[in-house]
Amino acid sequence: MFDEKTLQIRAISAHSGSVPGKGVQREVEVCKLMDTTTCIGCKACEVACVEWNDMPFRQTVFDNTYQTMPETEWNFWQLIKFHEVQRQDDGGLAPFQKNQHDGNLMWIFRKDQCMHCSDPGCLRACPADGAIVQYENGIVDFQQENCIGCQLCVSGCPFNIPKFNQTTKKVYKCTLCSDRVGQGLEPACIKSCPTGCLQFGTKQEMKEIAEKRALQLREQSGFKNAGVWDPSSIDGTHVIYVLHDATQPELYGGLPKEPRIPMVYTVWKYLLKPLSLFGVFMGALGIFFHYVSYGPKPTLPEPPRAKETKEDERGNR
Amino acid sequence: MAIAEPLRRAQSAEAGGFGRTVVYRHEILRHGVYTRLVHWSVAITFVLALLSGFAVFSPWMYKWLSPLFGGGAMARLLHPWFGLAFVVAMVLLAHKWWNDMRWTQNDRNWLRRIREYITNADKAEPDYVGKFNAGQKIWFWTMVVSGVVFLISGLPMWFPEFFGRTSAWIAYFIHDVTALIMLGGFFIHVYESTAAIPGVFHSMTRGTVPEEWAWTHHPAWYRLVTGRDPKADRERANRSET
Repeated sequence: MFDEKTLQIRAISAHSGSVPGKGVQREVEVCKLMDTTTCIGCKACEVACVEWNDMPFRQTVFDNTYQTMPETEWNFWQLIKFHEVQRQDDGGLAPFQKNQHDGNLMWIFRKDQCMHCSDPGCLRACPADGAIVQYENGIVDFQQENCIGCQLCVSGCPFNIPKFNQTTKKVYKCTLCSDRVGQGLEPACIKSCPTGCLQFGTKQEMKEIAEKRALQLREQSGFKNAGVWDPSSIDGTHVIYVLHDATQPELYGGLPKEPRIPMVYTVWKYLLKPLSLFGVFMGALGIFFHYVSYGPKPTLPEPPRAKETKEDERGNR
Repeated sequence: MAIAEPLRRAQSAEAGGFGRTVVYRHEILRHGVYTRLVHWSVAITFVLALLSGFAVFSPWMYKWLSPLFGGGAMARLLHPWFGLAFVVAMVLLAHKWWNDMRWTQNDRNWLRRIREYITNADKAEPDYVGKFNAGQKIWFWTMVVSGVVFLISGLPMWFPEFFGRTSAWIAYFIHDVTALIMLGGFFIHVYESTAAIPGVFHSMTRGTVPEEWAWTHHPAWYRLVTGRDPKADRERANRSET
Protein backbone atom coordinates (compact mmCIF):
# COMPACT_ATOMS: atom_id res chain seq x y z
CA MET A 1 0.00 0.00 0.00
CA PHE A 2 2.74 2.46 0.94
CA ASP A 3 6.38 2.82 0.15
CA GLU A 4 9.16 4.92 1.55
CA LYS A 5 8.07 8.11 -0.09
CA THR A 6 5.36 8.36 2.55
CA LEU A 7 8.00 9.81 4.85
CA GLN A 8 8.50 12.99 2.86
CA ILE A 9 8.58 15.90 5.29
CA ARG A 10 5.93 18.62 5.26
CA ALA A 11 6.89 20.71 8.30
CA ILE A 12 9.88 20.98 10.63
CA SER A 13 9.81 22.57 14.07
CA ALA A 14 11.72 25.84 14.57
CA HIS A 15 13.13 25.60 11.07
CA SER A 16 14.19 28.71 9.20
CA GLY A 17 14.25 28.33 5.47
CA SER A 18 12.66 25.84 3.15
CA VAL A 19 11.46 22.37 4.08
CA PRO A 20 13.34 19.78 2.03
CA GLY A 21 11.11 17.39 0.18
CA LYS A 22 7.97 19.44 0.59
CA GLY A 23 5.59 18.96 -2.28
CA VAL A 24 8.01 17.15 -4.60
CA GLN A 25 5.92 14.00 -4.67
CA ARG A 26 2.24 13.26 -4.59
CA GLU A 27 1.28 12.04 -1.17
CA VAL A 28 -1.72 10.47 0.48
CA GLU A 29 -2.66 11.40 4.01
CA VAL A 30 -2.94 8.45 6.33
CA CYS A 31 -5.41 8.14 9.14
CA LYS A 32 -6.24 5.93 12.07
CA LEU A 33 -9.93 5.42 12.71
CA MET A 34 -11.17 4.37 16.13
CA ASP A 35 -14.79 3.36 16.41
CA THR A 36 -15.63 3.80 20.09
CA THR A 37 -18.89 1.93 19.54
CA THR A 38 -17.22 -1.36 18.74
CA CYS A 39 -14.26 -1.22 21.13
CA ILE A 40 -14.47 -3.90 23.84
CA GLY A 41 -11.71 -2.47 26.03
CA CYS A 42 -9.39 -5.47 25.65
CA LYS A 43 -6.25 -3.28 25.61
CA ALA A 44 -4.53 -5.43 22.98
CA CYS A 45 -3.50 -2.17 21.27
CA GLU A 46 -1.78 -0.99 24.46
CA VAL A 47 0.27 -4.17 24.59
CA ALA A 48 1.02 -4.21 20.87
CA CYS A 49 2.34 -0.66 21.12
CA VAL A 50 4.68 -1.43 24.01
CA GLU A 51 5.80 -4.61 22.23
CA TRP A 52 6.48 -3.14 18.82
CA ASN A 53 8.30 -0.10 20.19
CA ASP A 54 10.34 -2.24 22.61
CA MET A 55 9.48 0.05 25.46
CA PRO A 56 10.49 -0.87 29.00
CA PHE A 57 7.53 -2.06 31.05
CA ARG A 58 6.06 0.36 33.49
CA GLN A 59 3.93 -0.24 36.53
CA THR A 60 0.21 0.17 36.12
CA VAL A 61 -1.75 2.50 38.37
CA PHE A 62 -4.98 1.25 39.84
CA ASP A 63 -7.56 3.94 40.55
CA ASN A 64 -10.79 1.95 40.83
CA THR A 65 -11.31 1.68 37.09
CA TYR A 66 -10.20 -0.78 34.47
CA GLN A 67 -7.91 1.86 33.02
CA THR A 68 -4.23 0.89 32.97
CA MET A 69 -3.05 4.26 34.27
CA PRO A 70 -4.45 7.82 34.53
CA GLU A 71 -2.80 9.17 31.38
CA THR A 72 -0.32 8.25 28.66
CA GLU A 73 3.32 8.18 29.64
CA TRP A 74 6.67 8.53 27.89
CA ASN A 75 6.83 4.75 27.50
CA PHE A 76 3.08 4.11 27.25
CA TRP A 77 1.63 5.77 24.19
CA GLN A 78 -1.76 4.12 23.76
CA LEU A 79 -4.23 4.21 26.60
CA ILE A 80 -7.80 2.96 26.58
CA LYS A 81 -9.80 5.37 28.70
CA PHE A 82 -12.77 3.84 30.51
CA HIS A 83 -15.81 5.99 31.24
CA GLU A 84 -19.31 5.46 32.50
CA VAL A 85 -22.12 7.46 30.94
CA GLN A 86 -25.86 7.28 30.81
CA ARG A 87 -27.87 6.79 27.68
CA GLN A 88 -30.80 9.16 27.51
CA ASP A 89 -34.22 8.17 26.23
CA ASP A 90 -33.79 10.48 23.25
CA GLY A 91 -30.60 8.67 22.18
CA GLY A 92 -28.05 11.18 23.47
CA LEU A 93 -25.52 10.62 26.22
CA ALA A 94 -25.27 12.24 29.65
CA PRO A 95 -22.68 12.09 32.42
CA PHE A 96 -23.21 9.18 34.76
CA GLN A 97 -24.67 10.15 38.10
CA LYS A 98 -24.69 7.81 41.05
CA ASN A 99 -28.14 6.86 42.41
CA GLN A 100 -29.86 8.65 39.57
CA HIS A 101 -29.34 6.28 36.70
CA ASP A 102 -32.31 4.54 35.23
CA GLY A 103 -30.58 1.40 34.13
CA ASN A 104 -29.20 2.76 30.89
CA LEU A 105 -25.61 2.71 32.02
CA MET A 106 -23.08 2.65 29.22
CA TRP A 107 -19.43 1.78 29.59
CA ILE A 108 -17.48 3.53 26.86
CA PHE A 109 -13.90 3.13 25.79
CA ARG A 110 -11.72 5.56 23.90
CA LYS A 111 -8.14 4.99 22.93
CA ASP A 112 -6.22 8.09 23.97
CA GLN A 113 -3.04 8.85 22.05
CA CYS A 114 -1.40 11.44 19.84
CA MET A 115 -3.98 12.75 17.35
CA HIS A 116 -1.38 13.67 14.72
CA CYS A 117 -3.00 17.07 14.16
CA SER A 118 -2.80 18.73 10.78
CA ASP A 119 -1.83 21.88 12.68
CA PRO A 120 0.25 20.42 15.52
CA GLY A 121 0.55 22.57 18.63
CA CYS A 122 3.66 20.68 19.73
CA LEU A 123 5.45 21.45 16.49
CA ARG A 124 4.45 25.11 16.68
CA ALA A 125 5.65 25.41 20.27
CA CYS A 126 8.96 23.58 19.74
CA PRO A 127 12.00 25.91 19.67
CA ALA A 128 14.51 23.27 18.50
CA ASP A 129 15.18 22.92 14.80
CA GLY A 130 14.09 19.48 13.61
CA ALA A 131 13.01 18.10 16.96
CA ILE A 132 9.47 17.62 15.66
CA VAL A 133 8.62 16.88 12.06
CA GLN A 134 5.37 16.41 10.24
CA TYR A 135 5.42 14.07 7.27
CA GLU A 136 3.46 14.71 4.12
CA ASN A 137 1.30 11.76 5.10
CA GLY A 138 0.19 13.61 8.23
CA ILE A 139 2.22 11.76 10.87
CA VAL A 140 3.77 14.04 13.49
CA ASP A 141 6.99 12.53 14.75
CA PHE A 142 9.44 13.51 17.49
CA GLN A 143 13.14 13.30 16.60
CA GLN A 144 14.70 12.79 20.01
CA GLU A 145 18.24 13.43 18.78
CA ASN A 146 17.24 17.05 18.10
CA CYS A 147 15.08 17.47 21.20
CA ILE A 148 16.50 19.86 23.80
CA GLY A 149 14.15 18.81 26.59
CA CYS A 150 12.48 22.19 27.12
CA GLN A 151 8.99 20.64 27.26
CA LEU A 152 7.29 23.53 25.47
CA CYS A 153 5.59 20.94 23.25
CA VAL A 154 3.87 19.66 26.39
CA SER A 155 2.23 23.04 26.90
CA GLY A 156 1.46 23.48 23.18
CA CYS A 157 -0.44 20.20 22.82
CA PRO A 158 -4.24 20.52 23.19
CA PHE A 159 -4.44 16.86 24.32
CA ASN A 160 -1.67 16.57 26.94
CA ILE A 161 0.11 13.84 24.99
CA PRO A 162 3.89 14.50 24.87
CA LYS A 163 5.55 13.14 28.00
CA PHE A 164 8.98 13.94 29.39
CA ASN A 165 11.54 11.36 30.40
CA GLN A 166 13.52 12.71 33.36
CA THR A 167 16.48 10.44 32.66
CA THR A 168 17.03 11.11 28.97
CA LYS A 169 15.66 14.70 29.15
CA LYS A 170 13.68 14.04 25.97
CA VAL A 171 9.99 14.00 25.15
CA TYR A 172 8.20 10.98 23.68
CA LYS A 173 4.82 10.16 22.19
CA CYS A 174 3.02 7.93 19.68
CA THR A 175 4.77 7.85 16.30
CA LEU A 176 1.75 6.36 14.52
CA CYS A 177 4.35 3.67 13.84
CA SER A 178 6.04 5.87 11.25
CA ASP A 179 8.69 3.16 10.97
CA ARG A 180 6.07 0.58 9.96
CA VAL A 181 4.00 2.98 7.85
CA GLY A 182 7.17 4.01 5.99
CA GLN A 183 7.57 0.37 5.00
CA GLY A 184 3.98 -0.07 3.91
CA LEU A 185 2.74 -1.69 7.10
CA GLU A 186 -0.13 -0.64 9.32
CA PRO A 187 0.56 0.57 12.88
CA ALA A 188 1.02 -2.13 15.52
CA CYS A 189 -2.17 -1.22 17.41
CA ILE A 190 -4.27 -1.68 14.27
CA LYS A 191 -2.79 -5.12 13.69
CA SER A 192 -3.71 -6.22 17.19
CA CYS A 193 -7.32 -5.05 17.30
CA PRO A 194 -9.66 -8.07 17.50
CA THR A 195 -12.94 -6.27 16.75
CA GLY A 196 -11.85 -4.10 13.87
CA CYS A 197 -12.73 -0.98 15.81
CA LEU A 198 -9.26 0.25 14.80
CA GLN A 199 -8.70 0.78 11.11
CA PHE A 200 -5.95 2.39 9.12
CA GLY A 201 -5.85 3.80 5.60
CA THR A 202 -6.01 7.05 3.74
CA LYS A 203 -7.70 9.95 5.46
CA GLN A 204 -10.37 10.08 2.78
CA GLU A 205 -11.10 6.38 3.03
CA MET A 206 -11.29 6.43 6.84
CA LYS A 207 -13.51 9.48 6.79
CA GLU A 208 -15.93 7.70 4.47
CA ILE A 209 -16.02 4.56 6.61
CA ALA A 210 -16.49 6.66 9.75
CA GLU A 211 -19.32 8.71 8.29
CA LYS A 212 -21.05 5.56 7.07
CA ARG A 213 -20.80 4.03 10.53
CA ALA A 214 -22.10 7.20 12.17
CA LEU A 215 -25.07 7.19 9.81
CA GLN A 216 -25.75 3.57 10.71
CA LEU A 217 -25.64 4.44 14.43
CA ARG A 218 -28.05 7.31 13.92
CA GLU A 219 -30.49 5.42 11.76
CA GLN A 220 -30.38 1.91 13.14
CA SER A 221 -29.13 2.12 16.74
CA GLY A 222 -30.95 5.22 17.90
CA PHE A 223 -27.85 7.26 18.73
CA LYS A 224 -29.26 10.45 17.24
CA ASN A 225 -26.07 12.44 17.91
CA ALA A 226 -23.65 9.83 16.57
CA GLY A 227 -20.91 11.38 14.48
CA VAL A 228 -17.27 11.65 13.58
CA TRP A 229 -14.71 13.56 15.63
CA ASP A 230 -12.21 15.27 13.32
CA PRO A 231 -11.90 18.77 14.78
CA SER A 232 -11.62 21.58 12.26
CA SER A 233 -10.15 23.97 14.86
CA ILE A 234 -6.76 22.33 14.20
CA ASP A 235 -7.46 21.57 10.54
CA GLY A 236 -8.45 18.01 11.33
CA THR A 237 -6.47 15.15 12.80
CA HIS A 238 -4.96 11.92 11.54
CA VAL A 239 -6.63 9.96 14.30
CA ILE A 240 -10.39 10.22 14.09
CA TYR A 241 -13.19 8.77 16.21
CA VAL A 242 -16.70 7.53 15.68
CA LEU A 243 -18.60 8.63 18.80
CA HIS A 244 -22.08 7.64 20.02
CA ASP A 245 -22.59 11.31 20.81
CA ALA A 246 -20.36 13.60 18.81
CA THR A 247 -21.92 16.67 20.43
CA GLN A 248 -20.31 15.74 23.75
CA PRO A 249 -16.79 14.43 23.12
CA GLU A 250 -15.89 15.63 26.65
CA LEU A 251 -17.71 12.57 27.99
CA TYR A 252 -15.04 10.38 26.42
CA GLY A 253 -12.37 11.20 28.96
CA GLY A 254 -12.08 14.91 28.29
CA LEU A 255 -11.78 14.82 24.50
CA PRO A 256 -12.06 18.51 23.56
CA LYS A 257 -14.76 19.47 21.10
CA GLU A 258 -12.74 22.33 19.64
CA PRO A 259 -9.10 21.76 20.59
CA ARG A 260 -7.06 24.94 20.41
CA ILE A 261 -3.35 25.69 20.37
CA PRO A 262 -2.47 28.48 22.84
CA MET A 263 -2.28 31.79 20.93
CA VAL A 264 1.18 32.26 22.38
CA TYR A 265 2.39 29.56 19.97
CA THR A 266 0.52 30.93 16.97
CA VAL A 267 -0.14 34.66 16.78
CA TRP A 268 2.63 35.63 19.21
CA LYS A 269 5.38 33.23 18.16
CA TYR A 270 4.90 33.47 14.41
CA LEU A 271 3.69 37.04 13.94
CA LEU A 272 3.98 39.51 16.81
CA LYS A 273 7.23 38.15 18.22
CA PRO A 274 9.21 38.28 14.97
CA LEU A 275 7.81 41.78 14.39
CA SER A 276 8.86 42.90 17.87
CA LEU A 277 12.30 41.38 17.43
CA PHE A 278 12.64 43.16 14.10
CA GLY A 279 11.64 46.37 15.86
CA VAL A 280 14.33 45.92 18.50
CA PHE A 281 16.98 45.30 15.86
CA MET A 282 15.81 48.37 13.98
CA GLY A 283 16.27 50.19 17.27
CA ALA A 284 19.87 48.96 17.39
CA LEU A 285 20.37 50.27 13.88
CA GLY A 286 18.84 53.56 15.02
CA ILE A 287 21.38 53.70 17.85
CA PHE A 288 24.21 53.32 15.37
CA PHE A 289 22.72 56.03 13.18
CA HIS A 290 22.48 58.24 16.25
CA TYR A 291 26.21 57.93 16.69
CA VAL A 292 26.77 58.73 13.02
CA SER A 293 24.52 61.78 13.03
CA TYR A 294 24.86 63.24 16.55
CA GLY A 295 27.98 61.59 17.89
CA PRO A 296 29.24 61.33 21.44
CA LYS A 297 28.79 63.76 24.31
CA PRO A 298 32.19 65.35 24.87
CA THR A 299 33.29 66.50 28.29
CA LEU A 300 33.41 70.25 28.82
CA PRO A 301 35.33 72.31 27.98
CA GLU A 302 35.24 71.07 24.43
CA PRO A 303 38.32 71.48 22.27
CA PRO A 304 38.11 74.68 20.21
CA ARG A 305 36.03 74.40 17.08
CA ALA A 306 36.91 75.20 13.49
CA LYS A 307 35.32 78.32 12.02
CA GLU A 308 31.55 78.00 11.66
CA THR A 309 31.01 76.14 8.44
CA LYS A 310 27.81 74.70 7.13
CA GLU A 311 28.11 71.23 5.64
CA ASP A 312 26.56 72.11 2.29
CA GLU A 313 28.74 75.18 1.80
CA ARG A 314 31.76 72.94 1.59
CA GLY A 315 30.06 70.77 -0.98
CA ASN A 316 30.20 67.84 1.40
CA ARG A 317 26.58 67.22 2.05
CA MET B 1 27.61 32.04 52.96
CA ALA B 2 30.91 30.99 51.45
CA ILE B 3 30.46 33.60 48.72
CA ALA B 4 29.11 36.35 50.94
CA GLU B 5 32.22 36.68 53.09
CA PRO B 6 34.81 37.59 50.39
CA LEU B 7 32.19 39.88 48.84
CA ARG B 8 31.63 41.60 52.15
CA ARG B 9 35.36 42.05 52.54
CA ALA B 10 35.62 43.47 49.05
CA GLN B 11 32.78 45.86 49.83
CA SER B 12 34.27 47.00 53.10
CA ALA B 13 37.65 47.55 51.52
CA GLU B 14 36.64 49.70 48.56
CA ALA B 15 39.94 51.56 48.49
CA GLY B 16 42.29 48.94 49.88
CA GLY B 17 42.61 45.32 50.84
CA PHE B 18 40.70 43.53 48.13
CA GLY B 19 41.57 44.87 44.69
CA ARG B 20 42.76 48.34 43.95
CA THR B 21 41.50 51.58 42.53
CA VAL B 22 44.14 54.14 41.63
CA VAL B 23 42.83 57.71 41.67
CA TYR B 24 45.18 60.12 39.90
CA ARG B 25 45.21 63.88 40.35
CA HIS B 26 42.19 65.56 38.67
CA GLU B 27 40.30 62.29 38.89
CA ILE B 28 37.40 61.20 41.10
CA LEU B 29 36.60 57.73 42.39
CA ARG B 30 33.29 56.71 40.84
CA HIS B 31 32.92 52.94 41.22
CA GLY B 32 34.75 50.96 43.89
CA VAL B 33 36.12 47.46 43.41
CA TYR B 34 33.05 45.76 44.86
CA THR B 35 30.66 47.73 42.65
CA ARG B 36 32.72 46.96 39.57
CA LEU B 37 32.91 43.26 40.32
CA VAL B 38 29.19 43.04 40.97
CA HIS B 39 28.38 45.09 37.87
CA TRP B 40 30.45 42.80 35.66
CA SER B 41 28.98 39.73 37.32
CA VAL B 42 25.55 41.04 36.38
CA ALA B 43 26.78 41.87 32.88
CA ILE B 44 28.41 38.50 32.19
CA THR B 45 25.55 36.40 33.54
CA PHE B 46 23.09 38.66 31.71
CA VAL B 47 24.83 38.18 28.37
CA LEU B 48 25.13 34.41 28.88
CA ALA B 49 21.44 34.17 29.79
CA LEU B 50 20.58 36.46 26.90
CA LEU B 51 22.45 34.42 24.29
CA SER B 52 21.31 31.03 25.57
CA GLY B 53 17.77 32.35 25.87
CA PHE B 54 17.64 33.91 22.43
CA ALA B 55 18.89 30.59 21.01
CA VAL B 56 15.44 29.20 21.71
CA PHE B 57 13.64 32.52 21.30
CA SER B 58 13.00 32.25 17.61
CA PRO B 59 13.45 29.70 14.82
CA TRP B 60 15.52 32.33 13.03
CA MET B 61 18.12 32.46 15.80
CA TYR B 62 18.34 28.84 16.94
CA LYS B 63 21.08 27.69 14.58
CA TRP B 64 23.09 30.88 15.12
CA LEU B 65 23.16 30.90 18.89
CA SER B 66 22.78 27.32 20.11
CA PRO B 67 26.31 26.27 18.92
CA LEU B 68 27.79 28.84 21.33
CA PHE B 69 26.75 26.59 24.19
CA GLY B 70 27.45 23.23 22.64
CA GLY B 71 24.02 22.70 21.11
CA GLY B 72 20.40 23.36 21.93
CA ALA B 73 20.13 20.80 24.73
CA MET B 74 23.11 22.33 26.50
CA ALA B 75 21.74 25.85 26.01
CA ARG B 76 18.47 24.68 27.54
CA LEU B 77 20.29 23.06 30.43
CA LEU B 78 22.49 26.08 31.16
CA HIS B 79 20.02 28.91 30.61
CA PRO B 80 18.16 28.61 33.92
CA TRP B 81 21.44 28.51 35.82
CA PHE B 82 22.74 31.59 33.99
CA GLY B 83 19.44 33.21 34.84
CA LEU B 84 19.69 32.27 38.49
CA ALA B 85 23.26 33.61 38.67
CA PHE B 86 22.04 36.82 37.04
CA VAL B 87 19.30 37.22 39.63
CA VAL B 88 21.76 36.69 42.49
CA ALA B 89 24.23 39.22 41.06
CA MET B 90 21.38 41.64 40.41
CA VAL B 91 20.27 41.39 44.03
CA LEU B 92 23.76 42.46 45.13
CA LEU B 93 23.84 45.33 42.65
CA ALA B 94 20.34 46.44 43.64
CA HIS B 95 21.41 46.40 47.28
CA LYS B 96 24.47 48.51 46.43
CA TRP B 97 22.66 51.12 44.34
CA TRP B 98 19.14 51.12 45.83
CA ASN B 99 19.48 54.53 47.50
CA ASP B 100 21.44 56.18 44.68
CA MET B 101 18.67 55.17 42.28
CA ARG B 102 15.74 56.75 44.19
CA TRP B 103 13.39 58.48 41.77
CA THR B 104 12.91 62.21 42.49
CA GLN B 105 11.25 65.32 41.09
CA ASN B 106 14.58 66.14 39.42
CA ASP B 107 14.33 62.94 37.41
CA ARG B 108 10.88 63.93 36.18
CA ASN B 109 12.31 67.27 35.10
CA TRP B 110 15.20 65.52 33.37
CA LEU B 111 12.80 63.42 31.29
CA ARG B 112 11.16 66.62 29.97
CA ARG B 113 14.43 67.53 28.32
CA ILE B 114 15.18 64.04 26.98
CA ARG B 115 15.01 65.28 23.40
CA GLU B 116 17.75 67.83 24.10
CA TYR B 117 19.74 65.09 25.83
CA ILE B 118 19.48 62.73 22.88
CA THR B 119 20.36 65.34 20.25
CA ASN B 120 23.23 66.69 22.35
CA ALA B 121 21.56 70.12 22.31
CA ASP B 122 22.28 70.34 26.04
CA LYS B 123 26.05 70.46 26.24
CA ALA B 124 26.18 69.70 29.95
CA GLU B 125 23.73 67.90 32.19
CA PRO B 126 21.43 70.10 34.33
CA ASP B 127 22.89 71.17 37.71
CA TYR B 128 20.65 68.81 39.68
CA VAL B 129 21.93 65.58 38.07
CA GLY B 130 23.54 63.54 40.84
CA LYS B 131 25.42 60.26 40.74
CA PHE B 132 22.96 58.81 38.23
CA ASN B 133 20.70 60.57 35.77
CA ALA B 134 17.07 59.60 35.14
CA GLY B 135 17.98 57.46 32.13
CA GLN B 136 20.36 55.37 34.21
CA LYS B 137 17.76 55.07 36.92
CA ILE B 138 15.15 53.85 34.46
CA TRP B 139 17.54 51.19 33.20
CA PHE B 140 18.37 50.16 36.78
CA TRP B 141 14.74 49.76 37.79
CA THR B 142 13.97 47.99 34.53
CA MET B 143 16.71 45.51 35.40
CA VAL B 144 15.44 45.05 38.95
CA VAL B 145 11.84 44.49 37.87
CA SER B 146 12.90 42.26 34.97
CA GLY B 147 15.02 40.15 37.28
CA VAL B 148 11.96 39.47 39.39
CA VAL B 149 9.73 38.84 36.38
CA PHE B 150 12.32 36.57 34.76
CA LEU B 151 12.61 34.54 37.94
CA ILE B 152 8.87 34.19 38.46
CA SER B 153 8.13 33.38 34.82
CA GLY B 154 11.20 31.18 34.48
CA LEU B 155 10.25 28.70 37.16
CA PRO B 156 7.15 27.29 35.40
CA MET B 157 9.27 26.63 32.32
CA TRP B 158 12.09 25.14 34.36
CA PHE B 159 9.76 22.78 36.23
CA PRO B 160 6.69 22.44 33.99
CA GLU B 161 5.74 19.08 35.48
CA PHE B 162 5.29 20.86 38.81
CA PHE B 163 3.63 24.08 37.66
CA GLY B 164 1.44 22.64 34.92
CA ARG B 165 0.98 23.05 31.19
CA THR B 166 -1.05 26.25 31.22
CA SER B 167 1.33 28.19 33.42
CA ALA B 168 4.16 27.12 31.10
CA TRP B 169 2.79 28.92 28.06
CA ILE B 170 1.71 31.97 30.05
CA ALA B 171 5.21 32.13 31.50
CA TYR B 172 6.66 31.69 28.00
CA PHE B 173 4.83 34.82 26.84
CA ILE B 174 5.82 36.94 29.84
CA HIS B 175 9.44 35.76 29.61
CA ASP B 176 9.48 36.67 25.90
CA VAL B 177 8.12 40.18 26.36
CA THR B 178 10.52 40.88 29.21
CA ALA B 179 13.43 39.57 27.14
CA LEU B 180 12.57 41.91 24.26
CA ILE B 181 12.43 44.93 26.58
CA MET B 182 15.73 43.90 28.14
CA LEU B 183 17.38 43.40 24.75
CA GLY B 184 16.38 46.89 23.64
CA GLY B 185 17.51 48.38 26.94
CA PHE B 186 20.77 46.45 26.75
CA PHE B 187 21.58 47.94 23.35
CA ILE B 188 20.94 51.45 24.68
CA HIS B 189 22.95 50.80 27.85
CA VAL B 190 25.97 49.47 25.96
CA TYR B 191 25.88 52.39 23.54
CA GLU B 192 25.50 55.08 26.20
CA SER B 193 28.27 53.64 28.32
CA THR B 194 30.81 53.20 25.55
CA ALA B 195 30.59 55.17 22.32
CA ALA B 196 28.07 57.79 23.37
CA ILE B 197 29.81 59.03 26.51
CA PRO B 198 33.57 58.61 26.55
CA GLY B 199 34.86 57.87 30.03
CA VAL B 200 32.00 55.74 31.28
CA PHE B 201 33.56 52.43 30.33
CA HIS B 202 36.78 53.33 32.13
CA SER B 203 34.81 54.26 35.23
CA MET B 204 33.37 50.75 35.34
CA THR B 205 36.66 48.98 34.63
CA ARG B 206 39.24 51.01 36.59
CA GLY B 207 36.83 52.95 38.77
CA THR B 208 37.73 56.58 38.15
CA VAL B 209 36.57 59.51 36.04
CA PRO B 210 38.28 62.82 35.17
CA GLU B 211 36.95 65.85 37.00
CA GLU B 212 35.85 67.36 33.69
CA TRP B 213 33.74 64.29 33.06
CA ALA B 214 32.07 64.59 36.44
CA TRP B 215 31.16 68.29 36.19
CA THR B 216 29.85 67.75 32.66
CA HIS B 217 27.70 64.68 33.21
CA HIS B 218 26.94 64.59 36.93
CA PRO B 219 27.28 68.14 38.32
CA ALA B 220 25.43 67.57 41.60
CA TRP B 221 27.53 64.49 42.28
CA TYR B 222 30.68 66.53 41.53
CA ARG B 223 29.57 69.13 44.06
CA LEU B 224 28.87 66.39 46.60
CA VAL B 225 32.22 64.59 46.36
CA THR B 226 34.55 67.58 45.80
CA GLY B 227 32.64 70.29 47.64
CA ARG B 228 33.28 72.65 44.74
CA ASP B 229 30.90 74.36 42.32
CA PRO B 230 30.75 72.43 39.02
CA LYS B 231 29.72 75.45 36.95
CA ALA B 232 32.44 77.71 38.30
CA ASP B 233 35.10 75.04 37.81
CA ARG B 234 33.87 74.38 34.31
CA GLU B 235 34.02 78.05 33.36
CA ARG B 236 37.47 78.45 34.88
CA ALA B 237 38.68 75.49 32.83
CA ASN B 238 37.06 76.98 29.76
CA ARG B 239 38.86 80.32 30.24
CA SER B 240 42.23 78.70 30.79
CA GLU B 241 41.85 76.68 27.63
CA THR B 242 41.09 79.61 25.31
